[in-house]
Amino acid sequence: MAERSFEVVKPGLATTVQDLGRPGYYHLGLPLSGAMDRFALIAANRLVGNPDGAAGLEAVFLGPELRFSADALVAITGAELPPKLDGVEQPLWSAFAVKAGQVLSFAFLKGGARAYIAIAGGIDVPEVLGSRSTYALGALGGFEGRALKAGDVVPLGAPTGTGREGASLPKEGRRPAQESGVEIRVVPGLYWHRITEEAQAGFFEDTWKVAPEADRIGYRFRGGKKLDFVPRQQPFGAGSDPSNIVDSCYPYGSIQVPGGTEPIVLHRDAVSGGGYFMIGTVISADMDLIGQLQPHQPVRFQSVTLDEALAARAVEKARLAKLGELI
Amino acid sequence: MQTRYSFGGDEHIFVEVDEEMSLEAFFKSLSMTTAVREADIAGVTEICPANASFQIKFDPDVIAPQVLMDRLKGFEAAAESAEKTIETRIIEIPVLYDDPWTRETLMRFRERHQDPDATDLEYAARVNNYPDVASFIAAHAASPWFVSMVGFVAGLPFTYQLVERDKQIEVPKYLRPRTDTPRLTIGHGGCFGCIYSVRGAGGYQMFGVTPMPIYDPAGKISYLKKLMIFRPGDILKFRPIEREEYDATVAAIEAGTFVPKIVPVTFSLDAFTADPAGTNAKLLEALNG
Repeated sequence: MAERSFEVVKPGLATTVQDLGRPGYYHLGLPLSGAMDRFALIAANRLVGNPDGAAGLEAVFLGPELRFSADALVAITGAELPPKLDGVEQPLWSAFAVKAGQVLSFAFLKGGARAYIAIAGGIDVPEVLGSRSTYALGALGGFEGRALKAGDVVPLGAPTGTGREGASLPKEGRRPAQESGVEIRVVPGLYWHRITEEAQAGFFEDTWKVAPEADRIGYRFRGGKKLDFVPRQQPFGAGSDPSNIVDSCYPYGSIQVPGGTEPIVLHRDAVSGGGYFMIGTVISADMDLIGQLQPHQPVRFQSVTLDEALAARAVEKARLAKLGELI
Repeated sequence: MQTRYSFGGDEHIFVEVDEEMSLEAFFKSLSMTTAVREADIAGVTEICPANASFQIKFDPDVIAPQVLMDRLKGFEAAAESAEKTIETRIIEIPVLYDDPWTRETLMRFRERHQDPDATDLEYAARVNNYPDVASFIAAHAASPWFVSMVGFVAGLPFTYQLVERDKQIEVPKYLRPRTDTPRLTIGHGGCFGCIYSVRGAGGYQMFGVTPMPIYDPAGKISYLKKLMIFRPGDILKFRPIEREEYDATVAAIEAGTFVPKIVPVTFSLDAFTADPAGTNAKLLEALNG
């Protein structure tokens, strides 16, 4: 075993190493990657005294089981995935001490989708193109370019020493996972003009449900009315389906609707481009929320202006700024 | 050509240079993205040229969206009058057409195809009015292709053949996408070709495979130290090979002795428009010496 490390006893469903991502390579098809709920990862890092961009673990739906080789300070945030230390339940959104040889495991998920595990010193896998985030589709970064497997020994960095046991983020500082009434704010645009006015109105009126095909690349939604297209002669190179365009780039958060039936919101491991039209883009302030949605959860999309999107962004920034004084 | 600007939420600007694909639209997109890169605008984090459009990602806390939008619009007039000449390179891609791996894969997904009784090559040859597969492959490999976009997944080139529009190969994508495509498959959908950089889902028709990796996440292959080879604006030339050369090339790559054939060239869109055959002949002369 490396000097400071943990061994993966059980990997969970899809547990990956993530930091705040790898900007600058989207034009070559390499997405940002990084935590889908960035606020939760930053909060976990601050609780254990790490810099915001330290690498932690993102566990989806089911937590891993990890045996520590050395004493460590750990915090779990994001989804309601209650942590246990040698079987004894520990608080969420709080820093707790782990002794060498102890096993961190998790009870069943009670809410949300993705939990973040920060360990003082961060996860010390090599940086690839400036980030430790895992991009599994391209077998890049993280731990050997993939989700963790049983038997992996994952190296830890040296703690800064500023973390303190018992540090906690009070409820008012968190962004609570919502069970119902989730509204995702969207700025219409891109190829919005390709659908009829009735379809435009229907998209925001309908209640959609998260489809089982929901992962780090994108979240698919079902259950709303099919979108009707404004008739046109398809442009050269676009392909014959009315939902096709000449292959273009896809913004993060963009909503494509292949065939006009099931909207897909691209997330941190987005495919960088393709040939489907898009009706708009989820605002940056609501991207974290999507990462916490469970399959079958009902969702509505809400139309906002760019100014409203910027105001919501400022609210999120203020929430982050307040983290320091609350912890 | 009607350029259209749209905000992609609060972090992206999307610019559609033209609804339809053309080399003119691609050059204008490339010229505008080059201007944005050279302007080195604070707050711009990603500059992504695509076939007939491009996308800018930015931090609205650093530059106001409308300010950036106005600056982008300011680059349009210059891009229209810019000389449509680029210094680029031509890269030879050896291809085993009608190979056993794509053939096995296409048979597995036959029920998702327009013509379950034909191979992808037979279907593409027929719908493009070629008398047989051999003459279709000859056309596919004869004229070079522009890399008009890199993306979808890591390092994957979208390619557009350097021929007049009436000679463009056009095929629909699979009726429903496959869940599997062999790594390094030479694909085609709509008017675009591609090389699948990794194994995975895909909807393009499959014509063959290249033994030459184009993406190496470990950065170990000699010519893939920067993980991938293609950039928008590169020119490709496919060269048909037989199984023997395919196997020898795979072995040479494993031994670290394979060197891809890459030659610097200048490409002028005006020269190409005036004389496509003559311009292509010069490109191939540069490649083959």
